[in-house]
Amino acid sequence: MITEKEVEHIAQLARLELNEKEKTKFQKELSLILDYVAKLKELDVSQVEPTISGSGTANVMRSDQAVGTYGPEMSAKILEQAPDEKKGFVKVKSILMTNDPEQIASQFNGAGKLNPKSK
Amino acid sequence: MTKLTVRGVQEGIRKREFSAEELHKKFLGLIGEENPKLNAYLSVFENQESGITNQGKLSGIALAVKDNICIKDTITTAGSKILKNHKAVYDATVISKLRSAGAIFLGKTNLDEFAMGASTENSAFGVTKNPHDHSRVPGGSSGGSAAAVAAGLAVAALGSDTGGSIRQPAAFCGVVGLKPTYGRVSRYGLISMASSLDQIGPLTKNVYDSALLLNFLAGKDSMDSTTANERVPDFTENLDKTIKGLKIAMPKEYFAVPAGPPTGRAGRRGEGLDSEVNNKVEQAISKLESLGAHVDQVSLPHADYALATYYLVVPSEVSSNLARYDGIRYGLRKGGENLLDTYLKSRSEGFGEEVRRRIILGTYALSSGYYDAYYLRAQKVRTLIRQDFEKVFEKFDIIVGPTTPTPAFKIGEKEDPLSMYLSDIYTVSVNLAGLPAISVPCGKVGDLPVGLQIIGKKFDEETVLRTAFQYYGS
Repeated sequence: MITEKEVEHIAQLARLELNEKEKTKFQKELSLILDYVAKLKELDVSQVEPTISGSGTANVMRSDQAVGTYGPEMSAKILEQAPDEKKGFVKVKSILMTNDPEQIASQFNGAGKLNPKSK
Repeated sequence: MTKLTVRGVQEGIRKREFSAEELHKKFLGLIGEENPKLNAYLSVFENQESGITNQGKLSGIALAVKDNICIKDTITTAGSKILKNHKAVYDATVISKLRSAGAIFLGKTNLDEFAMGASTENSAFGVTKNPHDHSRVPGGSSGGSAAAVAAGLAVAALGSDTGGSIRQPAAFCGVVGLKPTYGRVSRYGLISMASSLDQIGPLTKNVYDSALLLNFLAGKDSMDSTTANERVPDFTENLDKTIKGLKIAMPKEYFAVPAGPPTGRAGRRGEGLDSEVNNKVEQAISKLESLGAHVDQVSLPHADYALATYYLVVPSEVSSNLARYDGIRYGLRKGGENLLDTYLKSRSEGFGEEVRRRIILGTYALSSGYYDAYYLRAQKVRTLIRQDFEKVFEKFDIIVGPTTPTPAFKIGEKEDPLSMYLSDIYTVSVNLAGLPAISVPCGKVGDLPVGLQIIGKKFDEETVLRTAFQYYGS
């Protein structure tokens, strides 16, 4: 069981905006899915190691060197895919909405309070 | 034309019955006629004459490519609005390998958004129709690729399989679909969904073509650190060797028909196997026995937990992988007042419902306080599922069963997410264990094809393909 408030909170953490109808719908559907996956609780896994990768390999290291032919042509192509660009850089909206250090801190402090202007 | 196989094209080109360029034009004509009815292709590459060659082992092999595999300078949508206008800036490793062997790419095929689904109904660009019955789904997520091959709109196709996305649509469309061992084929240039499970593989008209294409797809790639340093044999070499004495396991959990009369495919919510599908699969297994294989019943005790495990592991990986779609560097950007608003608006408008559902579920399963109860527990059960298979493979060479519990269902039939998930009940555990598996057609229920799933040991695609070849013929 998951509440509508939890759905809203999780959506915020995942940077998704839901309208009221979606919140209700997702709350119902996610609760059903969580009920279903709860069957894993029937198993005793106290002595079981988790499978953490598909291949069973640990980290694969390589030297930190550029390879291939990623020259200026590639950079131009990549920039072409950006929604907004200026002078060879990806252009974005302002990150900080204020100069007040306290408010800046609160912007990065948990979901829901991130943007005072959002609903 | 519609029945043209890889081998058929190779012979035709060698005997100069047709050229690669002529073939390409013919396929474009066919696609132009048939695709409006099926919606198998999302985009078609009209002009590439300069790139078409009669040289090369795969020259003239006209392929359809699932639209989550990058082909340089062409639109790659992953079936999502968020990548609607996105042009790939590089070739996936599988594409460059096939390209250098002379293959032709006809176009990009429809899929459930970011490969999340079992019907292509989650595509932002409309559903694909099953060529055998236009009122039914082709399966998914590689539904466009399966439909294109089944309708003869390509010689073969590429798909990707995270929990059945090659095998299930292959079963629904009556074609051959192979999911290689995890690590066998490079995923460089495949748009990530669940990275511990995703694998690229071929959809073909016969088993020989599947083996031949795997020869070109397989191998270690420095651009994908999960690819294995395993010997790549010629997968076509031993196809015609007998399966006499082969030890085949039949897991009883895959044949659990529920008590009481079936109430029609629609309402059954996958509690068990459709009785007609069951009959076809049992007939197929009898044929394997008549070919000299020893078949025994076994148990995969944790089979019943595979789907629940899958639907925790996948959303968790999805929520992490899809964090990259933020409206900043590429893809859809919906301008907000500030950066946070841009994130929220771009992602909410760009992602469809199933994708958002999985992101939320995954974020929940990974969040502090729930991580141990959901994600970590699922990873532990994944170990148990993997060990079930390992135990069976100590005594057996191959595991067989149905690919899906039912034949293709109606478009719009599965309204709630859980009933859709149940369509993957026999396929997901193979991905969780990282094994190779193929679906080959094993008859029809009415007009609808049924698939036999053949599962092998890690990196033993040879035995999987040989068993499939011996059953299905060349």
